[in-house]
Amino acid sequence: MSKIAASEKFATIALIVGIVFFAFGTFWQAVAPYLSLKNIPVKSMDKIAENIPPEFYMLAEDYPDEFRKHLGELGKASFIEALTTGKKAYIAEACWHCHSQFVRPVSKEEERYGKVSYPSEYANVMQLPQLLGTRRVGPDLIRESGVHSNDWHIAHFKNPPSVTPGSVMPSYGWFFDKDGRPNKKGLSIVAYMQWLGSWAKNPLYELSKK
Amino acid sequence: MAEEKTSIINYSLIKFHIGFAMLYLLIVLLGGLLYSLQFIGLYPLSNIEVFSPGRIRMLHTNGAVYGFIINGFMAGLYWAVPRLTGYRVWNEKIIGWFLAIALQVAVLATAGGLLLGFAQAIEWGETPIFIDPAIVAWLFVSLGQFIVPIYKYAKDKPLYAANWYITAGLIWVIMVYIMGNYVPQFFIPGVAGAAVTGTWIHDAVGLYVTPIGWGLMYYFVPVLLKKPIWSHSLSLMGFWGLAFFYPLQGVHHYLWSPIPMYAQYAAVFSTVVLELAVITVIVNFLMTLRGNAEAMRTSIPIRWMFVGTINYAITCLQCAFQVLLTTQKVIHFTDWVVGHAHLIMFGTFGFWILGFFAYLWPKMRKAEAYSRSLDEWAFWLVSLGTAIMWVDLLSAGLMQGFNWWGLSPFIDSVNFSVPFWIVRTITGVMIATGIILFTYNMYMTGRKEPVSALQAQASGGKA
Repeated sequence: MSKIAASEKFATIALIVGIVFFAFGTFWQAVAPYLSLKNIPVKSMDKIAENIPPEFYMLAEDYPDEFRKHLGELGKASFIEALTTGKKAYIAEACWHCHSQFVRPVSKEEERYGKVSYPSEYANVMQLPQLLGTRRVGPDLIRESGVHSNDWHIAHFKNPPSVTPGSVMPSYGWFFDKDGRPNKKGLSIVAYMQWLGSWAKNPLYELSKK
Repeated sequence: MAEEKTSIINYSLIKFHIGFAMLYLLIVLLGGLLYSLQFIGLYPLSNIEVFSPGRIRMLHTNGAVYGFIINGFMAGLYWAVPRLTGYRVWNEKIIGWFLAIALQVAVLATAGGLLLGFAQAIEWGETPIFIDPAIVAWLFVSLGQFIVPIYKYAKDKPLYAANWYITAGLIWVIMVYIMGNYVPQFFIPGVAGAAVTGTWIHDAVGLYVTPIGWGLMYYFVPVLLKKPIWSHSLSLMGFWGLAFFYPLQGVHHYLWSPIPMYAQYAAVFSTVVLELAVITVIVNFLMTLRGNAEAMRTSIPIRWMFVGTINYAITCLQCAFQVLLTTQKVIHFTDWVVGHAHLIMFGTFGFWILGFFAYLWPKMRKAEAYSRSLDEWAFWLVSLGTAIMWVDLLSAGLMQGFNWWGLSPFIDSVNFSVPFWIVRTITGVMIATGIILFTYNMYMTGRKEPVSALQAQASGGKA
């Protein structure tokens, strides 16, 4: 027994490598960032719905019948319903595999997309699970709010090349009724797009942090 | 002696896993090929909800890991672990078959779940939430299955390098999977969640696929070359280096993000340092081949394994280069990363698995492979396809990155990518064709009459 070098013992491998090394690495890469950021309060859906972007009101005006049918009366409840459904669709269709949701402080991204991302804007239940993304086949979406009109988004989801010639984004026919009007998923995903970054549009930096 | 060793190995389980691994590999390749058609305007199943390209993409990546690689590793472990330890695995009849069938059920349920829209937004962990507990349970049982013989052996003998990697990998993967699939999903949102997710993305590859892959290589390469691994010291350095630095890198998937910079610096630093550990492992394997380089020509399994090892060296060098914050400004978010991922997951681990399949399948059938030329065609199509795809996607990535940095309209980067994406589809066809030939060869080998030991002795051939 004593002849076996420590590095070739089962217990060493299982405990030091299997447990201790993993714990050490995970501490620096996951636990420490969590500890650094844990004082930022996490916004609930209710809190998020306190700031409804104007595009959502416009959506209710642009598609009144569909809006009433699928989301009900315009207000906090319908906004929460739209965001939740929109996020679900965003995940189910794996949008996040081709669109990121953070602006980096490099490569002139601030000029292309807008304000560089900061941690507190992700501290909400809409980022549970986080949707930062790792690939951009299409552009980043964290500053998407108000960049395009609701109609543009509807046309885009129905047939992307119709508004962006050359686009390789798939069509999402199942976001629409048989008669081509947006259904619940269609309205919700547009509401979600128009919400992303709606908090960062205020040109006054200090105001935007509120 | 040889007979005695063979008897502690369950051939049916290995054949079962190999069969399903190849089946999933074919499906995964066709899925990838299908997905690539979307990028060149030829997608045949447009506007069908369950075949939406986004969903097919997840089928491609998840099928590759959970379908092909895990089945491949199971086959390799069922062969290598009993031979390395001299003991049977924990239990074949009940646990072995339970694991084998449960894995296929989990893979098929995942595939169905992804296509029907139940994906989880965790990269490499899109497995629907309701399947996750089953996978955790499966990982626990698979730990028991292989750790029992290793533990029995280790009571009075020093463990060999292969077993270090296998032991560590099987323990790591459970914690890694639970962390990655539950914490960012239910407990930690936003930026800290991204740090956890990055750690999961990285660890799934680094703390499961890599150690099990290296563990199997430490068994198969010396066995196939009929000589010991070159240097025990290098094995030690490589293992402890990989084990220490691999878990420290998760955040390098989200560089320049709002994650605290100290975590990003730690990830960059340890990724660069890891390259040193990787070099020791690579040198060890290449020096083991030294004097037997002829085997690269004569032995198909050795060729897959060493080309895979060279691909590993290239990808890891690439890692150390692309992880630098300066390089990240250009290549992050681009096809460069996609090229990198293909070279590591398929070009390395896929090649290793194909290597030991090419060795095990005829050996278990006690027959020579059906056709040497099919094997050659498969090898050259797949390895050239992978290499060209890598170069192609890297170039596309540089082009995209500089386009964005240069502030040209976003759609330019898409339009200019189309030629690269056409090349990618062609290389995909090459790889898929190669794998179809490989599978057909295996199928025909399986149909051959087994050569019994007596016949082989009579004819003077080796069985």
